[in-house]
Amino acid sequence: MSAIFDIYLLEALINGVLLGGVLALLALGLNLIFGVIDVVWICYAELIMMGMYSMYYLYSVYHLPFVVVAIISMAGVGVLGVLLHVIVIQPLLGAAPINQLLATGGVLALLQSTATITFGIDFKNLGIRLPVIEIADMFVSYTRLLAFGVALLGMVVLYLFLSRTYTGTAIRAIAQDRQIMPLMGVDTKRIYIITSAIGGVLAGLAACLLVLQYDVHPFIGLTFGPITFMICVLGGLGSMVGGFIAAFVFAEIISVGGLYLELEWGYVFAFVFFIVMMFVRPQGLMGRRS
Amino acid sequence: MLEVNGLIKRFGGFTSVNNVSFKVDQGEILGLIGPNGSGKSTIFNMLSGFFPPTAGSIRFQGRELAGMAPYAIIQGGIGRTFQIPRPFRRLTIFENVALAGYYGQEGRTRAKAFESAEKALTLVGLPLDRHAPVDGLGAAGLKKLELAKALATEPKLLLADESLGGLDEHEMDQAADMLNRIRAELGITIIWVEHIMGVLMRVVDRVMVLDHGEKISEGLPSEITNDPRVVEVYLGSDAVAVQAMAAARG
Repeated sequence: MSAIFDIYLLEALINGVLLGGVLALLALGLNLIFGVIDVVWICYAELIMMGMYSMYYLYSVYHLPFVVVAIISMAGVGVLGVLLHVIVIQPLLGAAPINQLLATGGVLALLQSTATITFGIDFKNLGIRLPVIEIADMFVSYTRLLAFGVALLGMVVLYLFLSRTYTGTAIRAIAQDRQIMPLMGVDTKRIYIITSAIGGVLAGLAACLLVLQYDVHPFIGLTFGPITFMICVLGGLGSMVGGFIAAFVFAEIISVGGLYLELEWGYVFAFVFFIVMMFVRPQGLMGRRS
Repeated sequence: MLEVNGLIKRFGGFTSVNNVSFKVDQGEILGLIGPNGSGKSTIFNMLSGFFPPTAGSIRFQGRELAGMAPYAIIQGGIGRTFQIPRPFRRLTIFENVALAGYYGQEGRTRAKAFESAEKALTLVGLPLDRHAPVDGLGAAGLKKLELAKALATEPKLLLADESLGGLDEHEMDQAADMLNRIRAELGITIIWVEHIMGVLMRVVDRVMVLDHGEKISEGLPSEITNDPRVVEVYLGSDAVAVQAMAAARG
């Protein structure tokens, strides 16, 4: 009896790791934007929603190959990120944080409403069913495995970009002291636009992976948005490493919590854990400010 | 190479810099002194584009700088150090300087950025080790890093802001020698804002004195230390500076 029990636990732990990879990817874009530009994209999950619709229409309606669709969607959400920055964020860079929050919150409502009017409220999915892999009596979804692998790959590519290129170095530097960047000869506006494009592309990548597991509808953002913010806050807003760790902590709580009770209880445990942590460590695991 | 005419900066009703004009010649070291709040930093901020002048013109090598974006001014050949060093602490020393080397001039390649970073680090005497963190540096090291960052942008005119505050006497002499070497070896023209008058007077070719945003005196170091208006300003505000001036004269 206990042997079977252990296998279930192991399966839950593995699924937790797989979920963690995707959650970490979700948190990464938001953390990058906050860390560098000091602005929270409240509408981040809605950018993902737009990417999912792009995936759906290009793949299921226009029948383009999946990889082509994924590249177009990532680029498309990247462009959305740049537009968001240039139209909404840039004029508000010097404004009070609450104004920036309200403005990106407005974009959230705008994207939801636009999606409702344009795409309708019914659930749409790609209709791709990938197999479930059975390893030693444990069931692991191929979709999740793929999502985990791609998410991890995306994070490694971003890490190499940030650490090995001058543009990446400038992005890391601007996060530390934006005022003196011009003295290095750096056009901060340009770096912000590049960062916003990267944030958008990361949201687009998340969309490619999530659309394999979830139906897309105008309010799908509410499924990912709150948990993404909680991961970022738990990790310490702006800390990419903190967000990465927090994503796996959350994912394991959800996955293992769901093993003993209903799956929804996993989320309840995760949220309770978050609230408790906010009392214990309000600045987050690796927070740079309190 | 630099010609400043009728420079004015007002913040609301307060006039920080009032109708200041001056010239800097190629290869010169100009000392800029004055009590706290006399407008020295404000002038630097306008020269480096941090904020636009309320009125007046700044012509550098025939180009008008007033109103240009700071990064474009830096790429156009002006370098600046800060009074309080502001390194990027989560980058390595080398990354700090190479970043300036890469963006300091338009169209830089990675190889060229490395080259100017190595040249700047060698000149100021910091290690070329790619992985050395900023955190290991003391006050003197941070000042050197600040200088290396400005030099890596390969400026023709260096604005050095109070580079010696917080250093001991030996370090001060070294830093003063460094400015001399920067001019001699790299041919960089320098404007030097400094509180410590003794050292400044030994190095600079000319001195300009500001008080309450106005230029009250300009000339050779020997002329300035004997100018009664300058002595009065420093008597009123800073007895230490007067002693330093006396020491420089004696």
